[in-house]
Amino acid sequence: MRPFDYYRSNDPADAVEAASEKGALFIAGGTNLLDLMKLDLMTPNRLIDINRIGLDEITPSDDGGLFIGTLVTNSDCAADMRIRQDYEVLSRAILAGASGQLRNKATTGGNLCQRTRCYYFYDPDMPCNKRKPGSGCSAVGGANRIHAILGASDECIATYPGDMAVAMAALDAQVVIEGQGGDIRTVPVRDFHRLPGDQPDKDNILRPGELITHVTLPPPARGRHIYRKVRDRASYAFALVSIAAVVEMDAGKIASASLAFGGLAHKPWHDPEIDDLLIGEAPSDALFDKAADILLADANGQGGNDFKIPLARRTLKAVLREATGERS
Amino acid sequence: MKDTTLRINGEERKLSADTRTTLLDALRNHLGLTGSKKGCDHGQCGACTVMVNGRRINSCLTLACMHDGDEITTVEGLGEPGDLSPLQAAFVKHDGFQCGYCTSGQICSATAMLEEIKDNWPSNVSGSLTGEAKLTLKEISERMSGNLCRCAAYPNIVDAIREAAEASS
Ligand SMILES: Cc1cc2nc3c(=O)[nH]c(=O)nc-3n(C[C@H](O)[C@H](O)[C@H](O)COP(=O)(O)OP(=O)(O)OC[C@H]3O[C@@H](n4cnc5c(N)ncnc54)[C@H](O)[C@@H]3O)c2cc1C
Ligand code: SF4
Ligand code: FES
Ligand code: FES
Repeated sequence: MRPFDYYRSNDPADAVEAASEKGALFIAGGTNLLDLMKLDLMTPNRLIDINRIGLDEITPSDDGGLFIGTLVTNSDCAADMRIRQDYEVLSRAILAGASGQLRNKATTGGNLCQRTRCYYFYDPDMPCNKRKPGSGCSAVGGANRIHAILGASDECIATYPGDMAVAMAALDAQVVIEGQGGDIRTVPVRDFHRLPGDQPDKDNILRPGELITHVTLPPPARGRHIYRKVRDRASYAFALVSIAAVVEMDAGKIASASLAFGGLAHKPWHDPEIDDLLIGEAPSDALFDKAADILLADANGQGGNDFKIPLARRTLKAVLREATGERS
Repeated sequence: MKDTTLRINGEERKLSADTRTTLLDALRNHLGLTGSKKGCDHGQCGACTVMVNGRRINSCLTLACMHDGDEITTVEGLGEPGDLSPLQAAFVKHDGFQCGYCTSGQICSATAMLEEIKDNWPSNVSGSLTGEAKLTLKEISERMSGNLCRCAAYPNIVDAIREAAEASS
């Protein structure tokens, strides 16, 4: 690990100010950043510890939703009774990720910003455009079992690995961001992560030094909340394919539907055409196949991850059957 | 270098160390508490599990200087020969180990996990998120999945945890 200065901040504005210096990074739980710093994959010269700046509570918003402070841990978020009752898909997604120990440390903002688990990104001896722009992508034509089938570019085929953000994308949550001089902007979770394009080193739309202060949940969405995660072992493993679904039925028809997908792309994938197709229809196998056709119309396998295409279809159909079926 | 004060197993300990020092390295290399083990050093095995302010964490993925003033409990603080904690005693009784390398992490993790159950935290395998948290085999396996055992002593580990939990409830 490279040497760095350590600064503990006690206040959000102070933290933003401290992070304006070149090479400074925030540290929250540290479970992703320190992992990467140990391998010299991230080399900040200054760490701004934000653990004591507050922003560690879940509070009601004026419109009947919730503000989740960036330092609310994944454990506290998943165990919060309001989240468990009204935003079950979010509790479920968080509980499907990492381990009890990691969730106790992992924070809301840190989880959103976690970096890809691409094997070559983690291997300093291999070319990787995300780590070293212009050096090439070792995953194209290499080992790419965990890589993207949607929205990839020739420069990078990595996936965003997280679970929490997939549920937040289905819920259409918003990320609240504070910049220099108290400048606040709000970005939908659906637009927070980006596709790699020709700038794969940029995972998301945060500018250097900007602080995530909250994630805002809209008022509770009625209906069934499902998070289904398919992975290589039953626990403590990243998703190959995951789906967050919030689906409400009325008189045998789908009254509302909001779906988001993990493990498929450089960002939680949300396609409004899928939601639109489902709404107003009676559930059927043919309808679910059509939804999968839309999802996978532009899907592209890289060899090792070809299996994700049929796996995503089957997982989507299973989730829709469960979401629209009789309650057991 | 950074000065940090930690309360470890009820005792105040002062540390002066490079900012890069993880909590795990501080415990093992600076403070002589070698009960916590280093397996992967990347959050993937759980051998380094300790409790900070009552919650289990991977001490390899946090910096000692981030924990100034925090209350740290390591396996040494749970009990000692002649005065074992119920979980420590149950691990001995059920032979919940082979080489023993993962054991201190397993015991710290299980100690905190049982508190999470008491606080009624749900898990990924809980049928209902709002019902009462139960200590079934499936729940124990899921909640302990952050602790790998290379010797695969899992059945005995689960037996030990179950017995200690039943004895305390
Ligand atoms: C073995 C292992 C298994 C895992 N499995 C899963 C899994 O199955 N599913 C899953 O979703 N995740 C998984 N994770 C990842 C884990 O969820 C993340 O490491 C964690 O959520 C990161 O949060 P943190 O607070 O520790 O972030 P940190 O490591 O502190 O920070 C991560 C990044 O976010 C930035 N940052 C943090 N807070 C802010 C803020 N408020 N504003 C701006 N930038 C900020 C930091 O500067 C840093 O660049 C796993 C991790 C490990 C080690
Ligand atoms: S897929 Fe992206 S992260 Fe992986 S090697 Fe290629 S450029 Fe790097
Ligand atoms: S040594 Fe910390 S999790 Fe493996
Ligand atoms: S007893 Fe050997 S690793 Fe668990």
